[in-house]
Amino acid sequence: MVNALIEFNDVSLVYPNGHKGLKNINLKINEGEFVVIVGMSGAGKSTLIRSINRMVTPTSGELIVDGEDILQLKDSQLRKVRTNIGMIFQSYNIVKRMSVLRNVLAGRLGHTGTLRSLVGWFPQNDLQIAMNNLERVGIDEKAYVRASNLSGGQQQRVSIARALTQQPKVILADEPVASLDPPTSHKVMKDLKRVSREDGLTTIVNLHFIDMAMEYADRIIGLRDGNLVFDGPIEEVTDQTFEEIYDRPIKDDDFLGSEEETDEKNESEQV
Amino acid sequence: MKKTSPNKSERIVLTPMRFKLFILSILLLVILLYIVAAYQTEAFPQRVIEGFPIIFLFVVEDLWPPSWEYFTSVIQPLLETWNIALFGTTFGAILALPVSFLAASNINTNLTFYRIIRFFFNILRTVPEIILAVLFVALVGIGDISGILALTILTIGIIGKLLSESIESVDPGPLEAIRASGGNTLQVIRYAVIPQILPQYASYTLYSLEINVKASVVLGFVGAGGIGIILRQQLSMFNYQNVAAIIFTLFIVITIIDFISNKLRERLE
Repeated sequence: MVNALIEFNDVSLVYPNGHKGLKNINLKINEGEFVVIVGMSGAGKSTLIRSINRMVTPTSGELIVDGEDILQLKDSQLRKVRTNIGMIFQSYNIVKRMSVLRNVLAGRLGHTGTLRSLVGWFPQNDLQIAMNNLERVGIDEKAYVRASNLSGGQQQRVSIARALTQQPKVILADEPVASLDPPTSHKVMKDLKRVSREDGLTTIVNLHFIDMAMEYADRIIGLRDGNLVFDGPIEEVTDQTFEEIYDRPIKDDDFLGSEEETDEKNESEQV
Repeated sequence: MKKTSPNKSERIVLTPMRFKLFILSILLLVILLYIVAAYQTEAFPQRVIEGFPIIFLFVVEDLWPPSWEYFTSVIQPLLETWNIALFGTTFGAILALPVSFLAASNINTNLTFYRIIRFFFNILRTVPEIILAVLFVALVGIGDISGILALTILTIGIIGKLLSESIESVDPGPLEAIRASGGNTLQVIRYAVIPQILPQYASYTLYSLEINVKASVVLGFVGAGGIGIILRQQLSMFNYQNVAAIIFTLFIVITIIDFISNKLRERLE
């Protein structure tokens, strides 16, 4: 019914140290899907997500994004593709010394001429887009506040607004809530899901908590040791599916629930 | 947990004997070098002791009292010195900014180019400002311009070194985010790096200004303009009371500049 926006054909990635990040991945992601990637730390979740905007470059195969094999692109063409892909990071990656609005406006850089952006002369229309997206994530009244004065959940919303301001087709979110407490995690995920629905965005999210994945995903992709071990709609996913993906019985730690802290070791994944 | 019982028959030493001997021999070697150096330069303690009365008499009889009427002649060269320092710092700070990015490994990812820039910086900082001043006096002639040029180069060396290290230690997250959104290197610098290093940049510039005010006094000795010229002139004419007036003024002015600069830098950090 819909065409594949992202297509992995036999994609593998070997890191310079010999570690195999991805092994012969075949995958199609359709326009408008909300996909959650699950797997243990080191399973290749981050590598898979970062391959899509080539923040890491797969070493073989074919990776088609919006009709183009991005593995063949030169730097300038790659930047063009990246303007259509918004990215959200675990550590927000906003400039804390800059105002919220400026951070959000940074999402327009790919669409703005170099000279124009260097002097900071953004078209009024871009400012409208930025402010509108701040409104959508509910922090427009913080527009002129320094980003460092915001809470973690608010900072992650700034980064969501920044990604939206790119007016992308795809949003990649690499462990977007791993640094947040459970209630805030749910609020941020709800915002992310809502805005991506409203704009019809294709969204790919890494999560490592089972309950979070079950609650927000349309479709689950499971990775283990760089292999794709599960791919199916959320209706087909059971506890047993997760046991297969994790290759061990599921534990309380795999649920966000009301547990406060995430395991530090889960964040040592290679990128 | 298994506990090992202390063995009474064997004494436990905190520092092994070999290490103690090693430290001792290094200490003796250093002392020996000092003695050799003292003999070589004839820097014997009694010469310093004998010199004290001479210093005292020089201060009391020759320097004191500073000739207060000479102050009016100090003001103009002093302003000149300040201007040399100010322009040298300004030009140096402006030029150091782009060069600093080339000397930062997280921005300039071309390793060969990066090493060349770093090497060039290291060479630059081995040249004392007095040599720079002599070079520029030879190049553009006696006067303020050569002083300004010498301080510009000196400032590029200082700020470039400090700022490139600040750039290398910025939070890489925002850089990654701008790259991921399709921004080019210049946009990454402008929107992810510069906002993070701006306070340091301002602080290093003020620090350079402090150094440059002091350096520009010395530069006058080789003809690069400013208060150094009259200082040298008065020294060679043995007008020690005028010299005292110059030194006293410099002391006051430099203290004030350092104080203001330090206060500003505290607020930046």
